[in-house]
Amino acid sequence: MVHNSAVTQTIIEQLAGIEPDSPVAKNYQRRAVAREQAELSYQLLLHPQAPGSVSLVERRVIAAFAAGLYQEPATRRHYAGLLQDVAPAFVPSLEQILQQASTHGPWGAYPQGPLSVEDVGGTPWQSTPEQAAVLGPRLAAALEHAHLLLTHPRDANSAALARLVAAGWDEDGLVVLSQLVAFLSFQVRIVSGFSALVAASFPQTTESAHHA
Amino acid sequence: MPDILSYPDAKPVNTFTLRQLDWLPWIAPLDPQDLTQQHYDGLVDSARAKSAYFRLLARDPDVLGARTRLDKDIFYSAGGLPRAERELAAAAVSRFNGCIYCASVHARFSVQFSKDDKDVNALLEHGTKSVTDGRNAEVVQTAVTLTENGNKFGKKDIDRLQRAGFSPEEILDLIQAAAFFNWANRLMLSLGEAA
Repeated sequence: MVHNSAVTQTIIEQLAGIEPDSPVAKNYQRRAVAREQAELSYQLLLHPQAPGSVSLVERRVIAAFAAGLYQEPATRRHYAGLLQDVAPAFVPSLEQILQQASTHGPWGAYPQGPLSVEDVGGTPWQSTPEQAAVLGPRLAAALEHAHLLLTHPRDANSAALARLVAAGWDEDGLVVLSQLVAFLSFQVRIVSGFSALVAASFPQTTESAHHA
Repeated sequence: MPDILSYPDAKPVNTFTLRQLDWLPWIAPLDPQDLTQQHYDGLVDSARAKSAYFRLLARDPDVLGARTRLDKDIFYSAGGLPRAERELAAAAVSRFNGCIYCASVHARFSVQFSKDDKDVNALLEHGTKSVTDGRNAEVVQTAVTLTENGNKFGKKDIDRLQRAGFSPEEILDLIQAAAFFNWANRLMLSLGEAA
């Protein structure tokens, strides 16, 4: 198993543009365990040695969908590339889906009661028959669940898992699918945050020097 | 075909609360007597085998192990952002995403470490816009901007945190805590319910 804490640049560092030995790299290195385990999570989920109940192609399609929805450019490009490596035929279908699926969030409804005044509506994504034919029933159901978790997570319920079971997902697969979507939700945001830290770490521009 | 578990007698939770809640899985966790060394390695602390949530995640033990070690380093590591503020970030992300169970756990931790429940109670009762003063307002605002879809966080947010007195080390810890709770919330919401 890949368990290499000595990598010079983790995937998060590559995507956020953190150069080795830069101020942000040294700042992140204070959290060496977090840095290493975030990398290990990525390797286990996206480059599995034994994919088990969720195939490599399924993992890459779901990840490219999740990264595409958040719209952080470097992660989006990276996951489109990982999908291209294993299943190029899916890339154009996924692009088309990403153009249609609503990206805003988080929205959704609470269990009825005092929080109902906070309920916010939105547009769930459902595959068209043409898209379902390209993706197959397992992946079509997985992307519908991923869209739910990514854009209106508080609407998740047991019926959503029942739809996945009906599409052929087993218990181990449901755990992997949930981990994959949830991990991507973490990774796109840490890359977004760290990219901003990198942008703020450069010396002040002449404009601010002028104000000093 | 796997069974979907249901709890017709469980009381659904329809408010954010500091009270201790239960979390009930919709698919079967592993049976405690079926746990192997690989599962215990994933659980990291053997006491976590008591939790249905962790025994469910143990269906993918290696990923659970990496996630558990990541979680502990983001929240328990020494120095940098005070623990109360890391927990406040976790509670604010959970409040904004709508994970009632996660918010209750981390709101309690935040109060335990800050010894002050004013902002946490406002956050739970009235939402993320109700924390308006001092460092806590910056923590909650950062949690919300990162959590909102559409990649809205940027250099302007770092500049604002620096003007408010946050060091680069504290800012990095805050980004990690807020990003991580977008992972935690979606796992708990996908796989079970609060009761």
